[in-house]
Amino acid sequence: MKTNKLWGWLWVGLGVLYFTLPLLATLEFSLRAQKGQLSLLAYQRVFQDPEFTRTLSFSLLMGVLTIVASLALIVPTAYWVRLRLPKLRPVVEFITLMPFVIPAIVLVFGLIRVYSGGPIPLTNTQMGTNLLLVAAYVVLALPYMYRSVDAGLTAIDVRTLTEAAQSLGAGWPTILLRVIFPNLRAALLSGAFLTLAIVIGEFTIASFLVGINAFGPYMSLIGQNKTYESSALAIISFALTWLFMGLLQFVGRGARGQSQVMGAR
Amino acid sequence: MTSASLQRPLDQGDAPARLARPARRFSWAWLGVAPFFIFAFLFLFLPSLSLFIGSFQDPQGQFTLANIAGLFTPSIRSAYWITIRISVFTAVAGGLFGFFVAYAGVLSGLPRWVRDGLMTFSGVASNFAGVPLAFAFIATLGRLGMVTVLLKEVVGIDLYAGGFSLYSFWGLSLTYLYFQFPLMVLIITPALEGLRRDWREAAENLGATGWQYWRYVGLPILLPSLLGAMILLFGNAFGAYATALSLTGGLINLVTILIGAQIKGDVLHNVGLGNALALGMVVIMAISMAGYYALRRRSERWMRL
Repeated sequence: MKTNKLWGWLWVGLGVLYFTLPLLATLEFSLRAQKGQLSLLAYQRVFQDPEFTRTLSFSLLMGVLTIVASLALIVPTAYWVRLRLPKLRPVVEFITLMPFVIPAIVLVFGLIRVYSGGPIPLTNTQMGTNLLLVAAYVVLALPYMYRSVDAGLTAIDVRTLTEAAQSLGAGWPTILLRVIFPNLRAALLSGAFLTLAIVIGEFTIASFLVGINAFGPYMSLIGQNKTYESSALAIISFALTWLFMGLLQFVGRGARGQSQVMGAR
Repeated sequence: MTSASLQRPLDQGDAPARLARPARRFSWAWLGVAPFFIFAFLFLFLPSLSLFIGSFQDPQGQFTLANIAGLFTPSIRSAYWITIRISVFTAVAGGLFGFFVAYAGVLSGLPRWVRDGLMTFSGVASNFAGVPLAFAFIATLGRLGMVTVLLKEVVGIDLYAGGFSLYSFWGLSLTYLYFQFPLMVLIITPALEGLRRDWREAAENLGATGWQYWRYVGLPILLPSLLGAMILLFGNAFGAYATALSLTGGLINLVTILIGAQIKGDVLHNVGLGNALALGMVVIMAISMAGYYALRRRSERWMRL
């Protein structure tokens, strides 16, 4: 038992080392912008760059729009499938897993082929391009959102709640907005934070659709010519990931852990 | 993939609405899921279909198999080969490392907070990828990175003189491992927790040694979960683009990088071949996902999580 524990600490230690070493190196590097002393100069420069604020708020906005759109799309669907069309369930589930089979780079390739020109030329306007970006993010978030919502619906008695609301005279909008949504709050929030964590620094899709309007491509641009600032950005981006995942853990306690696969690599 | 998906087939929902409803009512029920299907058609199905059709078209729009044949030319084949090698290597190495770390956190008798901390770390690290991850590794193992410099000045090992480069196979693999092994920890921990204590006790009562328990009980039960998790890691690395691009500046010949270059400008000088490249990725992903689901069904025989 004693040696077992020793090995345990060794492996955990190795894992922690792999996790922290690159962060330490980045942090140390980001503090060296001023010759000969440690300083926060790189961070100051980043925060003073108007592009930083602009791209980060753009990406945050896209993240929020993605969350709203995917909730509006997925909650009624998952609810309705459970209540009225259980036979469709495998089909819907299959569709929500499709993004795992289609890598982000392939998705954006296909989207550009279909929507730059043709009958629906979305990429011709700023508005249309942003719409396409949000649609692509809804696709990326689909597996996580659907799973979150579906797990939430499993935990509540959808049928009884619906019938109770109906017998009190509620219509469908009231049932969805005032009965189902509030009961799913924890599940929806955890799906939402995971979506934010995916979308904020997303590079692959954003770089082809909106270029340096978005935070991911902005970081990449900085990386090409400003060494210290890029380390500072990596630390900031890490802090954001930590924030969203922390919030996710906080709201999702009790629910099974969520993880992300095949998102914005 | 959420770890919930690894656990059990989702229950089949509530009993279907029993009373036979008039046909008219039924058609209304379909309307409820129409937005979802329209969305899936527009933004999942149409793009895939467009790439699929494009893979079998020549520049004049005629049917051809030349694009598919083009996938087997040496330069394209080598792109697939290096992508697959990196994905397999990081899936196996990250899978094993992640397994040992998860095992240490769950089964080696460490305090509970170690396990919880490990899960939080893993959740964050598995989501820390793309551009900032590349920056972090440049600051660590780049030419002037902290570890490179420390190794050179303190230990006397010059990584770059020894042929190492962050911008090559090994460098990229080390970088991918940063999100691969935490993902393994997240996926495999529920399976490790599902190993019941009574199985071990039963084996010990029958006189099994620790090694025999693992050889004949523990590993056979865990094997489908382990392999399934590694397939997920494979797919995770296989589709990666942002990390590789920002680390190597596009100098490494991965399929995703090639597709990216093709979107920016027709570098292959053949749109159809670009489509076929994407189709090839989807086919490989589809095969690995099918393998994953087959393994998952096997692991569910023993695991009731």
